[in-house]
Amino acid sequence: MHKKPIKYSVFSLFKNALSYHENWQPVWRSPAPKTEYDAIIIGGGGHGLTTAYYLAKNHGLTKIAVVEKGWIGLGNTGRNTTIIRSNYLWDQSARLYDHALKLWEGMSQELNFNVMFSQRGVMNVAHNLHDVRELKRRWHANRLNDIDCEWLNTKQVKEFCPIINTSPNIRYPVLGATLQRRAGTARHDAVAWGYARGADAMGVDIIQNCEVTGINVQNGNVTGIETTKGRINSNRIGVVAAGHSSVIANMVGIRLPIESRPLQALVSEPVKPILDTVVMSNTIHAYVSQSDKGELVIGAGTDGYTSYTQRGGFNIVEDTIMAVVELFPLFSRMKMLRHWGGIVDICPDASPIISKTHIKGLYFNCGWGTGGFKATPGSGWVFAHTIANDQPHILNAPFNINRFSSGELVDEHGAAAVAH
Amino acid sequence: MFLINCPYCGEREQAEFSCGGEAHIVRPKNPPELTDDQWSEYLFMRKNIKGIQFERWNHSNGCRRWFNVARNTATDEILKIYNMGEKPPNISGDALDTPSGEPEIGSGNISTTYTKK
Amino acid sequence: MYFDKKISFTFDGKKYSGYQGDTLASALIRNGIFFVGRSFKYHRPRGIISSGSEEPNAIVQLESGEITEPNVRATEIEIYAGLIATSQNNWPTLNFDFGSINDLLAPFFPAGFYYKTFMWPPKFWEKYEYFIRQAAGLGKSPTKDDPHKYEHFHYHCDVLVVGGGLSGLYAAKLSAKANLKVLLVEQNPELGGEHLHVAKDPSGLKFAVDDNHLSIGVGNSLEDEIKKLNNLKIIKNSTVFAYMQSNYLLACQKINQKSIRQVIWKIRAKKVVLATGSIERFLTFNNNDRPGIMLANSARKYLNYYRTNPGKKIVIFTNNDSAYQTAIDFLFKNIDVQAIIDVRKDSNGHLVKKAKHHGLKIYFNHAVINTKGRKKINKVTISEFDGKFNILIGKPKKLSCDLLCVSGGWTPTVHLFSQSRGKLIYRESDATFIPYKSFQKQISIGACNGTFGLDEIFEETLIKMTKLLDEFGKNIEEKSRKDVDKIFYDKMKHVWIVPSNKHFGKTKMFIDFQNDVTAKDIKLALKEGYKSIEHVKRYTTTGMATDQGKIGNINALGIISDLSGKPIHELGTTTFRLPYTPITFGAMAGRHVKEFFDVERTTPMHQWHVDNAAKFEDVGQWKRAWYYPKENEDMHQAVNREVKATRNGIGILDASTLGKIDIKGRDASEFLNRVYTNAWSNLEIGKCRYGLMLGDDGMVIDDGVTSRLGENNYVMTTTTGNAASVMSKLEDWLQTEWPELKVYLTSVTEQFATISINGPYSPQLMKKLCPANDFSKENFPHMSFQNIEIDSVHCRVMRISFTGEMCYEINAPSSYAKALWSKCFELGQEFNITPYGTEAMHVLRAEKGFIIVGQETDGSVTPIDLDMSWIVSKKKYDFIGKRALYRSDTIREDRKQLVGILTKDPSEVLEEGAQLVELKTSLPMPMVGHVTSSYYSPNLGRSFALALVKGGLKKKGNKLLAPMPDKTIEVEITDPVFIDPSNERLST
Repeated sequence: MHKKPIKYSVFSLFKNALSYHENWQPVWRSPAPKTEYDAIIIGGGGHGLTTAYYLAKNHGLTKIAVVEKGWIGLGNTGRNTTIIRSNYLWDQSARLYDHALKLWEGMSQELNFNVMFSQRGVMNVAHNLHDVRELKRRWHANRLNDIDCEWLNTKQVKEFCPIINTSPNIRYPVLGATLQRRAGTARHDAVAWGYARGADAMGVDIIQNCEVTGINVQNGNVTGIETTKGRINSNRIGVVAAGHSSVIANMVGIRLPIESRPLQALVSEPVKPILDTVVMSNTIHAYVSQSDKGELVIGAGTDGYTSYTQRGGFNIVEDTIMAVVELFPLFSRMKMLRHWGGIVDICPDASPIISKTHIKGLYFNCGWGTGGFKATPGSGWVFAHTIANDQPHILNAPFNINRFSSGELVDEHGAAAVAH
Repeated sequence: MFLINCPYCGEREQAEFSCGGEAHIVRPKNPPELTDDQWSEYLFMRKNIKGIQFERWNHSNGCRRWFNVARNTATDEILKIYNMGEKPPNISGDALDTPSGEPEIGSGNISTTYTKK
Repeated sequence: MYFDKKISFTFDGKKYSGYQGDTLASALIRNGIFFVGRSFKYHRPRGIISSGSEEPNAIVQLESGEITEPNVRATEIEIYAGLIATSQNNWPTLNFDFGSINDLLAPFFPAGFYYKTFMWPPKFWEKYEYFIRQAAGLGKSPTKDDPHKYEHFHYHCDVLVVGGGLSGLYAAKLSAKANLKVLLVEQNPELGGEHLHVAKDPSGLKFAVDDNHLSIGVGNSLEDEIKKLNNLKIIKNSTVFAYMQSNYLLACQKINQKSIRQVIWKIRAKKVVLATGSIERFLTFNNNDRPGIMLANSARKYLNYYRTNPGKKIVIFTNNDSAYQTAIDFLFKNIDVQAIIDVRKDSNGHLVKKAKHHGLKIYFNHAVINTKGRKKINKVTISEFDGKFNILIGKPKKLSCDLLCVSGGWTPTVHLFSQSRGKLIYRESDATFIPYKSFQKQISIGACNGTFGLDEIFEETLIKMTKLLDEFGKNIEEKSRKDVDKIFYDKMKHVWIVPSNKHFGKTKMFIDFQNDVTAKDIKLALKEGYKSIEHVKRYTTTGMATDQGKIGNINALGIISDLSGKPIHELGTTTFRLPYTPITFGAMAGRHVKEFFDVERTTPMHQWHVDNAAKFEDVGQWKRAWYYPKENEDMHQAVNREVKATRNGIGILDASTLGKIDIKGRDASEFLNRVYTNAWSNLEIGKCRYGLMLGDDGMVIDDGVTSRLGENNYVMTTTTGNAASVMSKLEDWLQTEWPELKVYLTSVTEQFATISINGPYSPQLMKKLCPANDFSKENFPHMSFQNIEIDSVHCRVMRISFTGEMCYEINAPSSYAKALWSKCFELGQEFNITPYGTEAMHVLRAEKGFIIVGQETDGSVTPIDLDMSWIVSKKKYDFIGKRALYRSDTIREDRKQLVGILTKDPSEVLEEGAQLVELKTSLPMPMVGHVTSSYYSPNLGRSFALALVKGGLKKKGNKLLAPMPDKTIEVEITDPVFIDPSNERLST
């Protein structure tokens, strides 16, 4: 174990300013892998790091490794549009995502790392009667599930977000919206770094540049992994590899109901505050918010094919920008500064898999599709429980992989909810 | 947006096509005799390969014909286009060094090793 | 440049003038203005640093009102008469900015300070955040609609040449002369690239490089030559900003006309030639960011090309030979060059020799270690230093100056190459990443390939182009040029951090000027364990400003390398992302805005609906008549009237939007057997049958009536919204799963319009329409169709019903439909014929308990859930979706099932989407179902609803509650058929 991290505060900042900030400690160490661990997490993204953190914190495991092919937090954790909300339709999803939202609400204090969770509200906009019906269904379900949600009519939408185009004469006029005020955005990188710092402080080994090349199984029990840094043994292995989940699963002959697809996003140049909430439209397909730096953060849809290239078609980006300009004509003269792509692991029902497998000690947490970021703390919380107890937490029991056999899907996709 | 050489229309932009996912998954001839697990294997479970994948594509905004494509999903390079009903071609393309590794060229993922000259 | 055309413009409220062809930056320099902006974080005064798209500092708000544009680079925007620009990120003025207090507080704002603070008291973040947001951002977003238009052009060519510098021009000429279709894209208003700003005055000093340029017929004369080639198209003011798959490149052309502001060119090229040049780097020394500190080559451009004078007393600071040209050019213009400070021991380069020859004062083994002058540089401190150990020796010395030209070497512009997914290699000698392996059909030539010498550029271009053209089967007759002098450039020396006589912690050595990232921020990041270049970038934000780190990224890498001891080639680069320069949203949207945002599909009768005051609803891309309010009627009144008229007289509906698929072929019946849940082989010709379509997961995806036109011919009706996806799914099954079936599908949705005539008097109207035909129920029973000529036009009339009333659906050729509709309306007057819209249609069908796919279903509903087991064949061995109906979850009896719902209060209309509970509990409240459809029925004289309720089929008569925000509504579960359960009205 190493010494306790310096507490971050305005005082420590002042104190360190006097020594020209030369005495800060590494946020996480870079240890060499040990030969054996109580549990190994494959994948150092947000979900993997939170899993390790809660394994140590909630379940008292001490020898935990997170192995990461590249550097932590640079997959989908560092590539998303940072939207956090819990206004899901189905009870199972709503409970899971709201548990995550509650963890978000205390995260900066819990981690002593400012993740800048900003509850600026998320509006889901309706453009036709079908949207209105579906969003109202979700609103009522949210209300009764004790998840804050409001219905705004067109006038209220305009009041809440004055720059949105609510003219009745546009191609797809705004007919109303749901609003979740507790929802919002956070600083995505900070989540990975904050959890890495917290996990590291409890002794978790975060091993970067360590690619998993094989999983060892004996008599139906998992015994360890082969990596580019050698063999590491453990009889509990949690796979949180997002877009690469199938690649890991294929190592042990497991097939998953997942397709890995490109998802693109972009930011504009920074401008002074103009948009103070998150606006999402499923029908014309755009979601947009403004970061603290002033950039408009804009999401596009997925491309419709498997790809690990982290790049999609420019036509998808154009469609998204068209939608943004349709909703916010004043943004026409804004400029795209940076565009990027990620690999999202999509399940047929647009819900995740957080599950045991037929191999004892091997667990999968994947299939988050386009909406994993918001679940980061909740996902780690329940996955840690699943790994520690070899049985799911009540919140992730419905997200068992067996649902694809039984038919008990949690179809957020079919229910026309936005999964972003 | 990559180009796909439709066997019926010629080279067209990918946006004109839609992908039908993994190829060579045959719908079972005896569904009533299958278990729930077996049905789910057919219905949902996919290889989702990183590397050379055989998949079905449809020229949906063109001739509406379906055909098979062998494509490297790590680079989006199309290696072969062949007809429905044909067996998958024997392609030994650039294999990845490690299962989730990156190809030397054509990848968009973070790569930190560069040869020195 | 047009030095005979004066143009006046305004900056920060003051009027100035420049010449046509000036950029805002050159025009400001012409007026002696260098201090043009404040930095993002510390609000430090900043000046013009460069002359192109790499500019981090000189960014302004252009114009105001509807045509305003934030964050415009002064180095890129050409001035025009009346241009108004305003400096950004300062308050109240550029000169006196309250935000500059941040500069004093800088010790407390190191990289990532916000991750460590603003956490107390808990929940206070958003209050801090409010102020942080106000301080952040640069320019201001427009607040009004954009009055301009944008256009997209598509272009296919054999060879695309990106960059109109010398190598690009030469490549374009060679390609065009080989009779290929060539496109040359240049980002500046003039071709010529670097050549444009070589000194052209032949008098005075002689420059080998310049003489060569002129004598070998490149530059202007080459431009003249290629202009004559018809198969070469040149677009200027155009930046290629993206290099996508399959040689798909995107360029944005700035036209700035009233009609069209910008054009996006979408280019597909068989081969791409990248000749994108290189960008000069900065050096990292203390206080390297003052106004009046400029890249050496940019200073030269302002001097020679714009013919303005960026300084009167010049100091040059360099680590390579190229900056000596700047010194020589200043000297040539009789401007006082104080000194050249060179970190190297010596240099034998031609330019250095020339500088020595002309007596320029050169300090080798020296570095600039500090600067003075808050709003404009006035002094530099230089010191001797030991390049081997990177330490200062001797006494610092002060030189006064008003312009410090800096050159840290050159970075090949490999952005597009990297976007094309080629692989770079690191070249130690001049610390550059250069193209190594191409992924696409592409070559890089000239400076972007790390080739800098003029003779080498010509040689390389010729060799590479010969090979490229050979791949087209073309030969080049061009001989390699022997007349270009070889200029010898001695080695550069990279000094990533110039040592300082101050404590490192007190220095301000900027790497990313706009985002205020300094060398010590990078050190801090490394210290804190952010070791990868991506982590450093994200933690410090270096390279993330609007210039995307074009001049500074390599310096950040070098510093990481120095501090971590890892060689640069092991660190790699951050990913080069599109766009190369920021691209206007409006340009990306092109014409697809406002009325062209999405296709609007209308039926042949659309104008009639418009003329008759219909309100419309959007269903997919279709505009469907929603209801037809008469004077003073609200929606409720109009719908009630339409519903009653349909049940009592005649209602007429435009149902043309329903999908129609013609199915032909030997195996058509077998095909339907497989894709629908019920049996089809026994359907007689001339008869119609309702079908339910499932996915192979057992969930309902579509429904509709299919008619058998002949032994091997059917026509299928689909729902409006699913027409395309059903068609595509059917083709999928046919072509990929059942190729043995001989079946051919054709979408005929647009070919036929559908007029649905409903109500007890519909047979009478049909008789008036077609007097020769017999509409008796015996001759024309329900669920049959007849081919009938109306006005000599062949129509198909189907007796099917979505209202529960006697109904004739006329499928007429689209061209005739509007006339027929009007005719029906005229002839039906005596029966009170009433057009009804989709809202009344919904009420009418719901009264009968008919489902709408997508409303009663949501992708999680089986036919069993809908109580439609009667349509699911037990006899068929298999059909799509059958197996999934018998999975452990789909056979549960407590699944959500379709029922009717009646409120206790008959005047209470439930909200669609309302959730139902058995008991009102504290939250969370267990829900047992939700309302899918809910209306007021004038026929029932009360409200009614359809709902999906857990185990509902066995719970009819049970009471439920709908807890709404303001009240709780009591309801009862009923049968979903509210009118005429025995279907008597169909046969009266």
